[in-house]
Amino acid sequence: MKHTLSVLVENNAGVLSRISGLFARRGFNIHSLAVGVTENEAISRITIVAQGDDYTLEQIAKQLNKLVDVIKIRSVKEEELLSRELMLIKVGCAPDKRHELVAIAEISGAKVSDVSAQSVTLELSANAQRLAAFEALLNPYGIREIARTGVIALQKGANSLNT
Amino acid sequence: MTTAKALVKCLEKEGITTIFGYPGAMICPFYDELSRSNVIEHVLVRHEANAGHAASGLARLTGKAAVCVATSGPGALNLITAIATAYMDSIPIVAITGQVSSEQIGKDVFQEADIMGAAEPFVKHSYLVKDAAQLPRIIAEAFYIATTGRPGPVLIDIPVDVQFVEIDFNPENYQDSNTPPDIRGYKPSVAGNKLQIKRVIEAIEQSRKPLICAGGGMFAAKRGKFAFEAMREMAQHADIPVIHTMMGISSFPTDHRLYCGMIGMHGKATANRALNECDLLILLGARVNDRAIPALTKDTPPKIIHVDIDPAEIGKNLNAAIPVVGEICMVLAQILETLPQKKHNEWNAYLNKIKSTVSGNEKTAENNARTDVINPREFYKTLNRLLPRDTVITADVGQNQIWTANHLSLGEGGRFITSGGMGTMGYSVPAAIGAKRSAPEREVIAICGDGSFQMQFMELATAVQHDINIKVIIMKNDRLGMVREVQKLRYDNNQTAVFLDGSPDFIKLAEAYGIQGERLCEPSNIDKALITLLASKQPYVLVVDVDAEERSLL
Repeated sequence: MKHTLSVLVENNAGVLSRISGLFARRGFNIHSLAVGVTENEAISRITIVAQGDDYTLEQIAKQLNKLVDVIKIRSVKEEELLSRELMLIKVGCAPDKRHELVAIAEISGAKVSDVSAQSVTLELSANAQRLAAFEALLNPYGIREIARTGVIALQKGANSLNT
Repeated sequence: MTTAKALVKCLEKEGITTIFGYPGAMICPFYDELSRSNVIEHVLVRHEANAGHAASGLARLTGKAAVCVATSGPGALNLITAIATAYMDSIPIVAITGQVSSEQIGKDVFQEADIMGAAEPFVKHSYLVKDAAQLPRIIAEAFYIATTGRPGPVLIDIPVDVQFVEIDFNPENYQDSNTPPDIRGYKPSVAGNKLQIKRVIEAIEQSRKPLICAGGGMFAAKRGKFAFEAMREMAQHADIPVIHTMMGISSFPTDHRLYCGMIGMHGKATANRALNECDLLILLGARVNDRAIPALTKDTPPKIIHVDIDPAEIGKNLNAAIPVVGEICMVLAQILETLPQKKHNEWNAYLNKIKSTVSGNEKTAENNARTDVINPREFYKTLNRLLPRDTVITADVGQNQIWTANHLSLGEGGRFITSGGMGTMGYSVPAAIGAKRSAPEREVIAICGDGSFQMQFMELATAVQHDINIKVIIMKNDRLGMVREVQKLRYDNNQTAVFLDGSPDFIKLAEAYGIQGERLCEPSNIDKALITLLASKQPYVLVVDVDAEERSLL
């Protein structure tokens, strides 16, 4: 089962290495990991999507908590999860097919980010299911390259993870 | 003053009087200042790993953090085994390493190693000092982190150029680690949850066959008072028998009526029986690892109370019905406040009956009839009789560790120290040096095998140079005995790479260091040999010839 963890950490050099090292040596599987600074520059938020049963999830949270640089952890429940991932997707495209891709982008809520004679690059920010559907739609045109940011997430509603 | 001098002053303020270390170019500014300290004496070890082990031995006996120092690159790398050994047994050490000059980091210069990265899996926390002005804060944090919560090693890596930087620092204003520094991500819990304590008391009240299992956490100390003192009070007050893991040895006097021995694959029958028949298991500072846990085989396991400072240990190996997270000294004090006085006559009589039958069997078991070697069991019997009560024994790893763990009998005040989690060979002699350094008045004896002795005998020089009067007992069977045993049992007796042919004459070797010694091979001489060893006012080496076929479980 997939779990989304929101982790606030000190914005120090080496923090990411401590966290990824911990996942590796304890045999926890990371599905995706995204890092960025928060409203407080001294603090970064790491969003980790990890695979495992409840026992594994509990161990991950407890072991992460032991790291001195980790300030707070929350495992966000599926129904409370506001999650987004940004995908850039480059599709091979001759000029005569361009309008079809623009139409797909429009229906899917994606943006056309770059156009060349032989390609179109689209960008979509969405949850995992919508990204998968979008990718499937573009598949027949020939996908050249995909880059994804990894999931970032916040809890829905007024509650927030504060230090 | 320079950062190097500030570092010395901070260590003095933290109450450090001994540092174990080995210098090198990148830590020289610190050594230069250290030589001018009137408070701290530097003990020069002969290999960096042993600086770490010596610090570990000292920390275990005092319950306070101890310091080891090495230079950059290979010096720091050699420390890793000791750091990892301390990490596995939750021992508070502060390791200080020199690093190449800041602007050269990452360029693969001479004696550069990413020690922060390399030691990362084995430290509780680590610092690379980039900004010299931060050093006093880092030292206070390091000592605080090493000693509070679940104790462990903290590494401080200091580039050589940073050590020269002049900083504005007045030692009088140093906030030592007794004042908890404000670290956002580090707030160890101290007291146990009141509701959980209530549940603990209720469970003890209802239990007919309770059992305490003491672990290494028993040696966590608060203001010099060790947790095992409170645990003894608890056991006696509620009449609860006590078993322990290897890390918990000497937390409870072996001659006590409630004492049932060590659990686990190398443990005592009484302890394992007690574990399987109790209805309430109270784990105190024990994580019960894979070597201890096979003992619990019953289909309907007992109700488990798990007291540990580390929430991650609770539920990791065993499911606890009543978890209590907190500093063991605090939690025990909380329990003692409302603990009912109880009697478990039937349960204790039952266990005592097993104890006497089992030890009766042990007595009648066929003793080795040879008169040219020493039966370890007989040896320990005499040792137990002659040792001063407050003796400190450090055991190495291998058969000698199991023999010592099972047959050493320490009374109140005695202390057993070994590398329990990591099982690091070459631990006993440097750990004994560290222990003796903190308690010169106590008898400190390292017990090792002839394999492990050869990983650490260079430290005899350290003992001689610094007048550290340790005794070393070498259980000599010309084999790596435990590996030989595994090969015999599991590899069709294909004994390979376990023969220690080519070993030197250890008595002559000791003599070369100016140390007296004796070889013991006649059973009738055990008494005399041990009396001589204990009477020696200088380091002393006793080589005990043991039958190569001797098993770990005697």
